[in-house]
Amino acid sequence: MIATETDILAAAERWRRDGRPVALATVIETWGSAPRPVGSHLVIDQEGNFLGSVSGGCVEGAVITEALEVIEAGQPRVIAFGVADATAWEVGLSCGGRIRIFLERID
Amino acid sequence: MLAETLALLNAERAARRAAILVTDIAEGHQRLVREAEIAADPLADTLRAHLAAGRSGLAVADGRELFLTVQVPPVRLVVIGAVHISQALAPMAACLDLAVTVIDPRQAFATPERFPGVPLVAEWPEAALAGPVPPLDRYCAVAALTHDPKIDDPALSAALRAGCVYVGALGSRKTHAARVERLAAAGFTPDEIARIQAPIGLDLGAVSPAEIALSILAQIVATLRRDRIKAAP
Repeated sequence: MIATETDILAAAERWRRDGRPVALATVIETWGSAPRPVGSHLVIDQEGNFLGSVSGGCVEGAVITEALEVIEAGQPRVIAFGVADATAWEVGLSCGGRIRIFLERID
Repeated sequence: MLAETLALLNAERAARRAAILVTDIAEGHQRLVREAEIAADPLADTLRAHLAAGRSGLAVADGRELFLTVQVPPVRLVVIGAVHISQALAPMAACLDLAVTVIDPRQAFATPERFPGVPLVAEWPEAALAGPVPPLDRYCAVAALTHDPKIDDPALSAALRAGCVYVGALGSRKTHAARVERLAAAGFTPDEIARIQAPIGLDLGAVSPAEIALSILAQIVATLRRDRIKAAP
């Protein structure tokens, strides 16, 4: 019941109101010892500024790159990361966990 | 997500009401379900279960994969007693993102010098909770630390009536036994009274005020995260 993720959503609204194109990343599923729980948020703007986290810093860089595409294209997408996942990028989670992330643009 | 949906979600949070954002993962379609709207929702049972656990997560309905973003209000910690333990408790609680208010009618205790930067209300609990401090709700934790029934009891009664998620009271087992009798005489049921954590705090063998503050916060975290605690082997 601890609700700290909501400050990220407040920032997302503020950024959007300031006219900045914004994407929101949300951890929707984890396996193993993923560093951040389901529901964790990362908010990203067009310049690559970000707030919050979806991992302990392992995959944020890759999520931000994808987020910039989502800001451009507007279509939400689901991305997955994990050391055992062949479709994952070069980055992975050193802890051995896997995560799935929902990325969407704030319209 | 529509900016309006995000604004609504944040508005519910600001009003200290729970809400659930339902997202269709494949399509990106979303709808916001406010706490009061859950009963009438087609996914009522699922939404209620997620809300009760305070956990976001995936669900499947009509073959569609949905993500439920569960938003519950941030927990407030109301401390009764501007005592030595509270001086350690207030800054430690702030580190845990708990919004702290300290209430103590004794002017000598409730001084800004003793509590720099901490919201402090030098009133009796009933007066404080009827005025300067927002009313208690389910998303409040209350720690009664004065050792004085005249101050602690009214706050504990208010906390039980409001269904606060955590209610703790300082004092020995003997002190608590007397407190139980008083609350029973005031009309509280044994189940209600049993919600009070007393003696307060996880048993860490704490001695110093800061250690006792730590044990109280540990107990609050254990309460808020109880669905994640693994059963003893």
